[in-house]
Amino acid sequence: MAGKKENGKIIRNNTMSKNSLVSISDYSKDEILSILESAAGFEANPNQKTLDGKVIATLFFEPSTRTRLSFETAVIRLGGSIIGFSDAATSSSSKGETLNDTIHMVSCYADAIVMRHPLEGAARYAAEISPVPIINAGDGANQHPSQTLLDLYSILKTQGTLENLTICLVGDLKYGRTVHSLLMAMSHFNPTFKFIAPDELKMPDEYKVFCKKHNIKYTESTELNDNFNDADILYMTRVQKERFLDLMEYERVKNVYTLKNEMLAHSKPNLRILHPLPRVTEIDPDVDTNEKAYYFKQAQNGLYVRQAILSKVLIQQ
Amino acid sequence: MEKKLKVAALKDGTVIDHIPSDKLFKVVHILHLDTCLNQITLANNLESKKIGSKGIVKIADRALADNETNKLALICPDAKINIIRDYEVVEKRPLVLPDEIREIVQCANPNCITNNQPVQTRFFVLKDAENTHLKCRYCEREVKVEEVKIK
Repeated sequence: MAGKKENGKIIRNNTMSKNSLVSISDYSKDEILSILESAAGFEANPNQKTLDGKVIATLFFEPSTRTRLSFETAVIRLGGSIIGFSDAATSSSSKGETLNDTIHMVSCYADAIVMRHPLEGAARYAAEISPVPIINAGDGANQHPSQTLLDLYSILKTQGTLENLTICLVGDLKYGRTVHSLLMAMSHFNPTFKFIAPDELKMPDEYKVFCKKHNIKYTESTELNDNFNDADILYMTRVQKERFLDLMEYERVKNVYTLKNEMLAHSKPNLRILHPLPRVTEIDPDVDTNEKAYYFKQAQNGLYVRQAILSKVLIQQ
Repeated sequence: MEKKLKVAALKDGTVIDHIPSDKLFKVVHILHLDTCLNQITLANNLESKKIGSKGIVKIADRALADNETNKLALICPDAKINIIRDYEVVEKRPLVLPDEIREIVQCANPNCITNNQPVQTRFFVLKDAENTHLKCRYCEREVKVEEVKIK
């Protein structure tokens, strides 16, 4: 077992030899802050050989650019080596191999496994059966904890604090795993949320219940306009075609919001725009040159955060 | 006395009492009583002071396994299980949901690993003052206990 339950949360079992990261809720507030502090150290000095002699497997059963490249760059900068695949069609899963068998086989070769998988819960299951640590690089619409940690790092860097911020979440709040994980992670820091989404993609009730239980203030709206003028962070998301079971629904909402430069005129000076990328039409390219656009730097921050995660996972084994 | 005339006494076995009438045949289904070869007595639409109208199941010479009582706790949590030996009630077993339920419930999320690979389902039981929810250990989706799909 990867952990036990307390108050409905999964608590990792510290007696285990492995130290998987499956969900942001696996980390306490102190552990999150420790990762962010470690990431700052890697930003100051990216080439630290903490993984010298280690082999890391990157198993990407689903396409990825930023996540895979930044994890692989992190391994290389830490002195480790990489094995793996970036397309499930080139792995034995295309022959019908179960995830159980793939994980057991790869763990014979690697000291840790970074995995993205289209099925929700795949990472938790892999962490249960794997003798080496699993780092979840996204399991369907469920969890993507390294993205959440790099989002937190970006917020901390741009605002100087994580406490008492107003965060505006825009776009696909129904299927978007990044906004769900960010909401849960920020619950440690007394945030105020503004949810902006079309009715078809509004924040699921379970997360609003979560907010109420944690005394987190939130408002909901279907209009973007200048609804973010009091926000510190504007977190834009793409409407993800791959998450829709009903493509008619996707067609109705795919271009629902587009942020343009002129819409930022009355926003707070400290506002920063984040986006997990890739973007499609939700941020007009004319925003890119605005000093409030932070999404490319945010992607760069992913490297340092993933260095911190890999180091924590492997050094604590 | 009237009750004894309506439902035959059981020498040895299990009585499930206080089943809401609209759940009786679901109990039959989830316990696979339709293929059970033991003597079974079913009664339904009996008067009940507690729930208005109730059903009873009596199964001769059979004790319920833990996963069966967990299934009953999901669909009729206020039912009562009596263990009978030589016509006497030797044990009254309350239906209590454990903190975790394994295997007996199917995840409602079609994209969950448990619906696509040979993985045993596991659910955390989350209770608050108003509702009981089950949370899939893997995909983390929550579902109200009234809406669960029992395997």
